Amino acid sequence: MMTNLSRTSFTILDDSSPFLASLRLNMPAPIRLRELIRTIRTARTQAEEREMIQKECAAIRSSFREEDNTYRCRNVAKLLYMHMLGYPAHFGQLECLKLIASQKFTDKRIGYLGAMLLLDERQDVHLLMTNCIKNDLNHSTQYVQGLALCTLGCMGSSEMCRDLAGEVEKLLKTSNSYLRKKAALCAVHVIRKVPELMEMFLPATKNLLSEKNHGVLHTSVVLLTEMCERSPDMLAHFRKLVPQLVRILKNLIMSGYSPEHDVSGISDPFLQVRILRLLRILGKGDDDSSEAMNDILAQVATNTETSKNVGNAILYETVLTIMDIKSESGLRVLAINILGRFLLNNDKNIRYVALTSLLKTVQTDHNAVQRHRSTIVDCLKDLDVSIKRRAMELSFALVNGNNIRGMMKELLYFLDSCDPEFKADCASGVFLAAEKYAPSKRWHIDTIMRVLTTAGSYVRDDSVPNLIQLITNSVEMHAYTVQRLYKALLDDISQQPLVQVASWCIGEYGDLLLSGQCEEEEPIQVTEDEVLDVLEGLLVSNLSTPVTRGYSLTAIMKLSTRFSSVNRIKKVVSIYGSSIDVELQQRAVEYNALFKKYDHMRPALLERMPIMEKTASNGPTEIVQTNGETEPSVVEPKHPPPINQPASQGNDLLDLLGGNDVPVIQTTMPTKPASAGGELLDLLGDLSLGGPAPAPAPPAPTSQPPFLLDGLSSQPLFNDIAAAGIPPMTAYNKNGLKIDFTFERANPNPNVAVITIHASNSTEADMTDFVFQAAVPKTFQLQLLSPSSNVVPALNQGTVTQVIRVLNQQKQQLRMRIKLTYTHKGSAVQDLAEVNNFPPQSWQ
Amino acid sequence: MIHFLLLFSRQGKLRLQKWFTPLSEREKKKVIRDMTMSVLSRPPRTSNFLQWRDLKIVYKRYASLYFCVGLDEKDNELLALEMIHRYVELLDKYFGNVCELDIIFNFEKAYFILDEFLMGGEILETSKFAVGGSVEEADTLQETMEEYMSKPAY
Repeated sequence: MMTNLSRTSFTILDDSSPFLASLRLNMPAPIRLRELIRTIRTARTQAEEREMIQKECAAIRSSFREEDNTYRCRNVAKLLYMHMLGYPAHFGQLECLKLIASQKFTDKRIGYLGAMLLLDERQDVHLLMTNCIKNDLNHSTQYVQGLALCTLGCMGSSEMCRDLAGEVEKLLKTSNSYLRKKAALCAVHVIRKVPELMEMFLPATKNLLSEKNHGVLHTSVVLLTEMCERSPDMLAHFRKLVPQLVRILKNLIMSGYSPEHDVSGISDPFLQVRILRLLRILGKGDDDSSEAMNDILAQVATNTETSKNVGNAILYETVLTIMDIKSESGLRVLAINILGRFLLNNDKNIRYVALTSLLKTVQTDHNAVQRHRSTIVDCLKDLDVSIKRRAMELSFALVNGNNIRGMMKELLYFLDSCDPEFKADCASGVFLAAEKYAPSKRWHIDTIMRVLTTAGSYVRDDSVPNLIQLITNSVEMHAYTVQRLYKALLDDISQQPLVQVASWCIGEYGDLLLSGQCEEEEPIQVTEDEVLDVLEGLLVSNLSTPVTRGYSLTAIMKLSTRFSSVNRIKKVVSIYGSSIDVELQQRAVEYNALFKKYDHMRPALLERMPIMEKTASNGPTEIVQTNGETEPSVVEPKHPPPINQPASQGNDLLDLLGGNDVPVIQTTMPTKPASAGGELLDLLGDLSLGGPAPAPAPPAPTSQPPFLLDGLSSQPLFNDIAAAGIPPMTAYNKNGLKIDFTFERANPNPNVAVITIHASNSTEADMTDFVFQAAVPKTFQLQLLSPSSNVVPALNQGTVTQVIRVLNQQKQQLRMRIKLTYTHKGSAVQDLAEVNNFPPQSWQ
Repeated sequence: MIHFLLLFSRQGKLRLQKWFTPLSEREKKKVIRDMTMSVLSRPPRTSNFLQWRDLKIVYKRYASLYFCVGLDEKDNELLALEMIHRYVELLDKYFGNVCELDIIFNFEKAYFILDEFLMGGEILETSKFAVGGSVEEADTLQETMEEYMSKPAY
C-alpha cells in the first residue's frame, strides 16, 4: 500500500528510465534502492547475503571514486540499508557530506539522514558539516532549515553547538511555528551539550508560552524544563510562569474535542504530562507555587478518565507531582489512593508503575502506603518478574513491629516459591526484618530456620556469622535451636550455610541436645554416637565445602568436653591430621596436640562461647573472626569471662559498690585476628597454670626453653625486662586469705599492665568455689582471664592464680575494687575491698 | 529523554535504529543485541517495561514488529507507550495500513516521519496531522527526474 509514494517513486532513488543510462556512456546505472532491497531479501543464507552485499559495495565504492553526482544519492541510500543489516559503511561518510552540500532537496534529505546514521561526534569529519548546516539554517526553504535543525539537534557535537548556537537562537524567535518548535528542541540539545550557553536562550523564552501551536508549546515546555533542571537561578526566574502553565493545562482539560490532538477523549496528553512535570519542578520546595497549582492537580486527579492507558499516564504524572511538591495532606492522600487503585488495575503496566511510585513514597508517607499493604503483598504472586521484585522491595519497606508476623508469613511463602534471582535478596531482607522486629526469640529462631532450610544455598556468606551471633545471644533458646538445627541436618546436608550454622551449634550446645532439655518442643532422644555420626558424615560428604568441613571438625572437637566419647573424637581428629586439605590438616594437628600434651587445658579452651557483642550491623565485628575460615578453632583468642559468670554479675558489683566511677568489668573479646600460632602464644602466655607457689619476686627471665609450649610455669611469658622492676604487692589479706599482685607490662602495648593475682589460703580448710572479681575506674579498661582453679588449698599448699590485664591509656593512678566469694568450712563467705596501694610503676 | 528507538522483527532483524546519544558502532551493536535478546525472551502476559542498566526500557509489539525505546529514569513509561502508538499511527496514515514490508522497503521514509515527530530524544510535534502534513509537503520538494538532472549539484 503505497498511496503517498507515487510521486517519489520517480526520484533518483528509483528511476530506471533508459534515458538516464544513456547519459552515462553505456555504463549500467547503479541498481535502484528497492531493487537492491528485494534482491538481498532473496538470499537464503547469510553467506549468500554477504556475497551480494560485497558485490554491491564494490560497485558503490567505484561509483564514489568516480565522483558521480547523479547517483550518489541512490548509492548512499543503499549503503544506509546495508548498514542497517550490520555491514560496515564508513566509506560513505564523506559522500553524505557531499550530499548535504548539494542544492537538491533529495540529496540533502538522504545526506542528512546518512550523516545522522553514519557520522558521530567522535570523528573529526563530522565538523565538516558545520558550514553546510550553517548555510542551511538560513535557507529559504523551511524544510531545508528543518533538516539542518534536526541534524544539529540530534547529533551535534559540542563544537558544532558552540558554532551554531547563535543561529538556533535566532530561529527560536521566528514567528514560523514549524521552525520555532524545531529550534526549541535544538536549543535543548545545545544546552545539554554546552550548559554554559543556556543564558543566551533566556531572552527568546519570553513569550514562548503564549503560542497557540501545540508543537511550539510542547517543545517550549521541554526547553523550560531543561533550563530549570540545570540552573536554580533559572528555576527561580521561571516560577512566575506557574499561573500561565496552570491556565494552559486547564484549557486542555476543559477544551472540547480537538481531532488533531485527541487521544481517547483526552486532549494532547503529551503536552499535559510535560506541563505537569514542569509544575513539579517549579513547585518543589516552594509554598506559593505549590499552592497555586493545588486546584488544578486536584482537578486532574479526580476528573481524568482511567479506562485507557493514556488517562493513567496523566494520573501517574499527576501523582508524582503531588508527592514532590508541598501539597496539602488531603491531596497527598488522594495521590496515594490513586496508586492504591492502580495496584488493583488489571493492566500490568499500571501495577508496575504503581509499585515503583509507592516505593519512592514509602519513606515519606509511610502510613498512607501501609493502608495498601495487602494489595502490595498480593503482587508478590504476580507472574511478572519486575512486578514481583518491586512488590518484594516494597513489602520489606512496610514491615514494622505490628505487622511482622503476617508479613513474614507472606514473605517466607514468597521465598519458597520465587525465582533463584530473588532468593538472596529476599533471605537478607527477612533476616534484617526479623532482627529489627522479632516479636519473640523463639519466633526469630524459627524464622531463621525456615530461611535456612528453604533457601539455604542462596543465603549470603555474611549471614552465617551474623546468625551464629544471634543464636549465642538467645541464651534460653539454645536447646531448642540446636535441636531444630540437628533435625534439619538429618533431612538435608546440601545447603552449606545451614550446615555451617548447624555444625557450630551442635559443637557448642551438643550437651543440651543429649540432655533433652528443650522446653519449646518435644525433646529428641539422641545418643552421642548419633550426633557424632552426623558430624562425621559432613566431613566425608561430597556436598560439603572445605569451609563446612572445618566447621564440623571443630564442632567434633568441642564435643570432646561435652560428650564422653572422647576416644571416638580422638580417632577422628587423628585421621584428619593427614588430610590433603591444608586447613583441615592444621586444625586436626592442633587438636591432636591438645589431646596429647595439653589435655588439662582442653576444658578451658573448649568452653562455651560468651555472648558476642555486635559493634555494627554491617561493619566488621568480632563475628568476622568467627567466619568459617578462622572460627571456631581452639586457637582463637577466646578469653572467657570471669569464671563463666554472665555479665549481670558485673552489674551486681557495680550496685554494691555504688558510685559512678566504677565501670563494668570489661569482658570484650580482643579484636586481634585469629591466627593460629600467634594466638596460641598469647593464650598460653596469659594463662597461669596452677603449679608450685610462685615466688612473688619480679619474674626474671628463667632458663626456659625457647619453645613456648613446653616448660610452662606459673610465670607469665611476657617478660619485659624493663618493666621487671615493678615490685609486687599484697592487695588483700584477711581471714587467712591472702591475695598478692605481681606485675608486668604487656608486650607490645606498654599501656597495658598485666597483673597476676596469687591467692593463698593459710587456714586449715580449703576455700572452694573461689571467685575473684575486680572493677576499675572508668578511664581504665580491665580484662579478667580464667583462673587456674577455684579451690584455694589449705595451709598454703598451693595458690590460685588469675591474670588481670588493665589498659591505662590515660596513665592515671590505678585503683581497684575487688570482691571475693568462696565457701569455707561449709559456709559461704563474701568480701569486698579496695586496692589503692598500687606501686607507681604499675601505672606510670 | 529518549536515548534510542529500535524496531526489530520477531526474528531479531533490525528494521530501524534511531540514536539520540553518541555511541560507538560497537556500543550500538551491543545495545541492539541486548534489547533484542531481552525483549524477545519476555514471557507472555508480562508488563511492557524492563530495567536495563540505568535506563527504563519500554517496548510494544505491533504485528511482527517490536518497537523498543530506552528512557531516562524520570520519564513517564505509560506516556512512552502512547508515544510509540502515535508513531505507529503516523506510519499507518502515511503508508496506508502499514505493515513490516512497508518499513523494510521504505525505511528512509520511516526515518523522515520519525524526524518530524521526535528530535533530540523529545517529542517535537503532538498534532496527528502536522507530522504527516510536513512529511508530505517535504516529499513534494523531492525533485522529479527531469528536475534532478537539470539542477546543478552545487
